[in-house]
Amino acid sequence: MLKSLLGAWALAACSAEETAAVEEHLTSCAPCADEGLRLRDAVGLLHTDGTLDLDPMLRSRVLENCLGRRPARIPLPSWAAPYDAETARLDALLRDIGDAEWHAPVRLKWFEADRQVNRRTTVAGVIGHLMAVDGLVSAALGLDDPLGKADGGSPPPTPTGRTEAYWAAAHHPPTRAVREPWRDQSHALVRTVSFAGRGVAELSVPYGGFALPLQDSLLERAFECWIHGGDIADAVDYPYEPPAAAHLNRMIDLAARLLPGVLAERRRAGLASPARHLVTAGSPGRSLHLEVEGRGGGDWYIALDSPAALGSPAHAVAQVALDGVEFCRLVAGHVPPVEAAAGQEGDREAISDVLFAAASLSRL
Amino acid sequence: MAKDAPPRWDRRMQQRLARGEAAALGELYDRFAALVHSQAHRMLDDEDAADQVTREVFGYIWENPGAYDPKHGSMRSWVARLTHRRSVRRLRGAHGEDEGPRTDARARELEHRVLKATTAARADYIVASMPAPLRAALELAYVQRRDYRQTAADLGVTADEARRRLRLGLQLLSTANTRPSADSAPPGYGPTP
Repeated sequence: MLKSLLGAWALAACSAEETAAVEEHLTSCAPCADEGLRLRDAVGLLHTDGTLDLDPMLRSRVLENCLGRRPARIPLPSWAAPYDAETARLDALLRDIGDAEWHAPVRLKWFEADRQVNRRTTVAGVIGHLMAVDGLVSAALGLDDPLGKADGGSPPPTPTGRTEAYWAAAHHPPTRAVREPWRDQSHALVRTVSFAGRGVAELSVPYGGFALPLQDSLLERAFECWIHGGDIADAVDYPYEPPAAAHLNRMIDLAARLLPGVLAERRRAGLASPARHLVTAGSPGRSLHLEVEGRGGGDWYIALDSPAALGSPAHAVAQVALDGVEFCRLVAGHVPPVEAAAGQEGDREAISDVLFAAASLSRL
Repeated sequence: MAKDAPPRWDRRMQQRLARGEAAALGELYDRFAALVHSQAHRMLDDEDAADQVTREVFGYIWENPGAYDPKHGSMRSWVARLTHRRSVRRLRGAHGEDEGPRTDARARELEHRVLKATTAARADYIVASMPAPLRAALELAYVQRRDYRQTAADLGVTADEARRRLRLGLQLLSTANTRPSADSAPPGYGPTP
């Protein structure tokens, strides 16, 4: 009986009477005295400082060093690198948070009909959302779709529909158990595109209303992963840095490439000003100069009147200057368009059209 | 922290590394980087040195995936041994560079440091690898300062069971204090190849 108390005694985790009884016993029982001493020493090896958070940038340095020593025979396609890096970074954050933090409330924000809307979920719910939408890419590659096993019928085709279906199908609020399937899927995606060869970059990934070539789709998934990683980090009060400059640059470039098409769509819906000057396809047209400063920055020229026109510095009618991370927050629907641009010059209508189009790229 | 991976994962990972799959290297890092870095940091108490050891250990594995023998234990324990070896080499190297003559007293002091660091790192490894219910009980009693009855209530188990877990956890942990024979891997990391 007293022997069974030795662990609790060594940790000073029993009552005063029990402590006294154990210590009385130890004076007369050599085996227990011996074990008591050993367990007390073991307590000295415990410490309260949790594990040190790993510098998220260490990963790319370590992998680069490895690949410098022995080049990969099956390398990662460069366009998959942002997805690989962002999923790893989010996973490292998730490893460090406690059970309770998985249920911390997170408010997802995006733009709908030019108004900021939001939706309440939890940290685990966000990971479920990322997993459900990543499943679109899995399905396009012929991998198992995490929603595929849902009872009857094929899963909805849109990111929002898939997310709602995933949340609705969960009988209990999601827990940290969602981390493993999410991570397994992202690892499987990276692995599969590495083996698939060059042609796979252009494989069409359907999103319901539109489609993206696989290389853009994975970039879009990397972007979402970073943005929602930031949402989670805010919810559990952790620091979360923007992606590496080269990756951020690719994400901004994707948004810039999508903007002319979105502008045309909004114009058809009466949400953007009419085209002013249509040019033959492939010719330079009226453009907005998007000057992105800071990490991942650069210059982009957004064709305003038609997605078929080429963006061109010579035809720039307006200029918007803003920070790279700020631009991404705009695209993610985290900043209202009217507050986004630091510097604006030229055609006010063009600027407003582009900023609202950027915000409309966001969704649940 | 993750428990020991099933041997199947280990063998599969070894094959993928041998094949030169960059994606496998990333997965290897994701699974073991926290272990390698925290072990090296515990041994060396220096962030840059721990980064450097992490770089060396993964570089070594990537270049020599064949050096792992699944018959001699999990990949996790192998990675921990590699980390330990590199950290000890660094600890000895850093001391060798100090000015002053090499005396027996200095050598003894260095060996004492190596042993202390080894014990501390092994203790961390044991805690991270022990069954989760034991670890949870130790954390409640030690970190949260809960007594064993409160620990039992928090874990939803009987007081008897809480006492059992605390004792068993400490018994496992106490093996970290076993003095390793020269140059063999410390016992906490599992069998030596």
